[in-house]
Amino acid sequence: MGLLSLAIWLPIVCGAILLALGRDSNTGAVRWLALVAAVASFAVTLPLITGFDAGTASMQFVENLPWIERFNVHYHLGVDGLSMWFVPLTAFITVIVVVAAWEVIEDRVNQYMGAFLILSGIMVGVFSALDGLLFYVFFEATLIPMYIIIGVWGGPRRVYAAFKFFLYTLAGSLLMLVALIYLYYKSGGSFDILTWHRLPLAGPAQTLLFFAFFLAFAVKVPMWPVHTWLPDAHVEAPTGGSVVLAAIMLKLGAYGFLRFSLPITPDASREWAWFIIAISLVAVIYIGLVALVQQDMKKLVAYSSIAHMGFVTLGFFIFSELGVSGGLVQMISHGFVSGAMFLCIGVLYDRVHSREIASYGGVVNTMPKFAAFAVFFAMANSGLPGTSGFIGEWMVILGTVKAGFWLAFLAATALVFGAAYNLWMVKRVYFGAVANEDVKALVDIDAREFAMLAVLAIAALWMGVYPKPFTDVMHVSVTELLRHVAQSKLGS
Amino acid sequence: MNDMNWLAVYPEIVLLTMACVVALVDLWVTDERRGPTYYLTQASLAIVAVMHLMRFEDGETVYAMQGMVVADPMGHLLGFFATVAVMVTLVYARPYAAVRDMLKGELFTLSMLSLLGISVMLSANNFLVIYLGLELMSLSLYALTAMRRDHLDSTEAAMKYFVLGALASGFLLYGLSMMYGATGSLDLPEVFKAIGTGQINKAVLVLGIVFVVAGLGFKLGAVPFHMWVPDVYQGAPTAVTLLIGGAPKLAAFAITIRLLVEGMLGLAVDWQQMLVVLSVGSMLVGNFAAIAQTNLKRMLAYSTIAQMGFMLLGLCSGVVGGNTLSAANAYSSAMFYVVSYVLTTLGTFGLIMLLSRQGFESEQIDDLKGLARRSPWYAAVMGIFMFSLAGIPPTVGFYAKLSVLQALISTNERGYLWLAVLAVVLSLIGAYYYLRLVKVMYFDEPTDTRAIESPGDVRALLSLNGAAVLVFGLLPGGLMALCAQAIVKALGS
Repeated sequence: MGLLSLAIWLPIVCGAILLALGRDSNTGAVRWLALVAAVASFAVTLPLITGFDAGTASMQFVENLPWIERFNVHYHLGVDGLSMWFVPLTAFITVIVVVAAWEVIEDRVNQYMGAFLILSGIMVGVFSALDGLLFYVFFEATLIPMYIIIGVWGGPRRVYAAFKFFLYTLAGSLLMLVALIYLYYKSGGSFDILTWHRLPLAGPAQTLLFFAFFLAFAVKVPMWPVHTWLPDAHVEAPTGGSVVLAAIMLKLGAYGFLRFSLPITPDASREWAWFIIAISLVAVIYIGLVALVQQDMKKLVAYSSIAHMGFVTLGFFIFSELGVSGGLVQMISHGFVSGAMFLCIGVLYDRVHSREIASYGGVVNTMPKFAAFAVFFAMANSGLPGTSGFIGEWMVILGTVKAGFWLAFLAATALVFGAAYNLWMVKRVYFGAVANEDVKALVDIDAREFAMLAVLAIAALWMGVYPKPFTDVMHVSVTELLRHVAQSKLGS
Repeated sequence: MNDMNWLAVYPEIVLLTMACVVALVDLWVTDERRGPTYYLTQASLAIVAVMHLMRFEDGETVYAMQGMVVADPMGHLLGFFATVAVMVTLVYARPYAAVRDMLKGELFTLSMLSLLGISVMLSANNFLVIYLGLELMSLSLYALTAMRRDHLDSTEAAMKYFVLGALASGFLLYGLSMMYGATGSLDLPEVFKAIGTGQINKAVLVLGIVFVVAGLGFKLGAVPFHMWVPDVYQGAPTAVTLLIGGAPKLAAFAITIRLLVEGMLGLAVDWQQMLVVLSVGSMLVGNFAAIAQTNLKRMLAYSTIAQMGFMLLGLCSGVVGGNTLSAANAYSSAMFYVVSYVLTTLGTFGLIMLLSRQGFESEQIDDLKGLARRSPWYAAVMGIFMFSLAGIPPTVGFYAKLSVLQALISTNERGYLWLAVLAVVLSLIGAYYYLRLVKVMYFDEPTDTRAIESPGDVRALLSLNGAAVLVFGLLPGGLMALCAQAIVKALGS
């Protein structure tokens, strides 16, 4: 069994075992088992980092077995510089989620842990699938555990949020299914993504395919104006659900653009780049302003996620190396930072049971250690130099300058808005005098919470100070992708 | 072709004999313990299933009864699935029927006779044989629906089923008589040849086809011939609902193939257009009406209508521009769809029966409230069925939808491409009400916290059923290949 298969199936099998055997009477054992499973699943992804050859753009750790012979579908896995980092990132975030849920989730613990482990395996599958149908199966299968997670452990409007999440995403991806089948026939009976990359396609067909893919991925990213499911899902989801949504799930959509839209329909991508750039800028600016006025901390971070993902799609569609690499770096960085932001909100929510900014004030007086972390992550979220948040945004803006000064100018305003909404929230929640009795009674974070926040803080700092390991891995694949996109597939 | 060839119809002979034996044996069995009848029935069905499977493995097409009957791989494969479906139904039904005073000899005899009718339809090669099988199946099912004589809903359902079913049979018979008048033969191959000559009066043929399609539409429960489906599904005892909603769907598919494809492929342009209308109508009405239902069985009835509409899409896409190259692909995708649909339906209704108790029908959607708390296992199994019906991977329902969609897109016609998009959008609407069931099971608090009692065999079989939906979802290749193989043989003969 290959490494990638192991990274996919180990958490899924462990999750299934937890679902089948776990009971609410032995939650202790369930938690430890889940932690062991999550750590083991993370451990098996580490050889990907050490064994990855950054000198080639071709797929590595490839596994290719026939799966459904009738439709020539293959169980084809592999990673390149675009996808490699997301595999360990997914497994890593799952470990954090298990730790974060440790004492917080007391109801149906085995199902909670099982759902997250299975979800983790499925998402690794999305990042490593090289067969169109396999990709689709993994892409859709993520909906089931997330739907359950939001609906069972979520807040008061969880049912509404769970349905909205599921149906929005399904609506987007069903048209992608039609597109995949269309490509299957156009390519003479192959679901192989790499074959599709080389497949010549006429202009109108490319445009239709481009928009079918666009719909699926734009909903997932989410891009303005199909973003409205995300604030609801984030607000209602339990902390772990929000972390996974923000840190990994949104990246599935952005990754889809790189794996499908750009290489399969390069001409349509170039033709419609203005459109993507335009709605990305709307996301960056307008959603940034929307974030500014939020009263609910989770909603604020949710809107900031949309704005940050706007940077990612902006970077992808300016077709420069800085832009694409910047987008990828931003994706990874956002995984650390937004995950941490939601964890911080979770820490407060567990104690006070409110997400309203107005319910807090002067938290730094009673929780100094926690406030230090929270302020640090807020800074990282607003793109302070030295943190990971800065690198991605800076690269994208730099790349955009070449595409047009005013585009870059507009994109850069996001830094201002980002600083504004983050700092304003920090001011109202953490600084000032102790606001009320609830805040007065707060107890600072314990060792478990300290550990999970510290790990994420180290990751964000490391990436901010020394991003080379990340960019090195991407470099060759990004260049190859751009070279590929620059070539027309129309007439050949 | 002109000899009796008894060997080819052994499964049917065994079935008929055993149905009589079971009816006789039951006379000596007391009401409390139906054990002997039950096990005898299951054993006979098992033998029939094995016979079908062995014949299917042979892969030969044999004509029997002077060409009235054809025993081909498609018939045997569907016969195998239908027999297994009835076996599974009886396992699920036994505890349910026992507490409702329905566990009588009639249940078993009539089930076997309806299966015999299905079996005859599956291997019919002649208009009258098809009609004979259809009536045998239908009459058994009418009687089964009315088994709870003193139950108002059941009686009403039986009445409705009988009247509308008889009307549909009349339609079909009328259409077949026109075909006979035009072509001068009742044998499918002869009709096929006659139509192929192009010498036949087209007006009569097309009028005949209209009636044939209408009759088939009734049996499949396609819009606008769907009126009986919700009432019968809701009114019939759940055990009988499953008998109606399971194996007969396979038979309806088979006679559609036999009549329209094997008999009248030359008129494909005409009947495909009609099927497109039936299909789109079914998906529209089924999906939208299902949203408004509060009764679980009624909701599943509308879902059936929508699912059959989706399956019909596969049958519409066989002949494109007079070209039959994609026929095997299209019809095998529809066959795969109907088989996986039956697999999922069996489990769904099995679970509904399991949740019912003495004097309590678990019929309302609200009765599933909080099932995840009462029994995480059954909730998970039901969840798998719902995701399968909604067509979410990794369940078998997804591949069913996939194979039909690919059949549509493979035609490379713009019209079919938009049909595929429409189907996809409508199945999104369908996803809503299947999800609502998952919501009720997982997100709501239970109103009834009594533990669910279930006999060991039902529990094991339900788990197996759920596992099958999931396993065929992970590895659908084998089942797809079987369907393709069966259809290719059927088209080749």
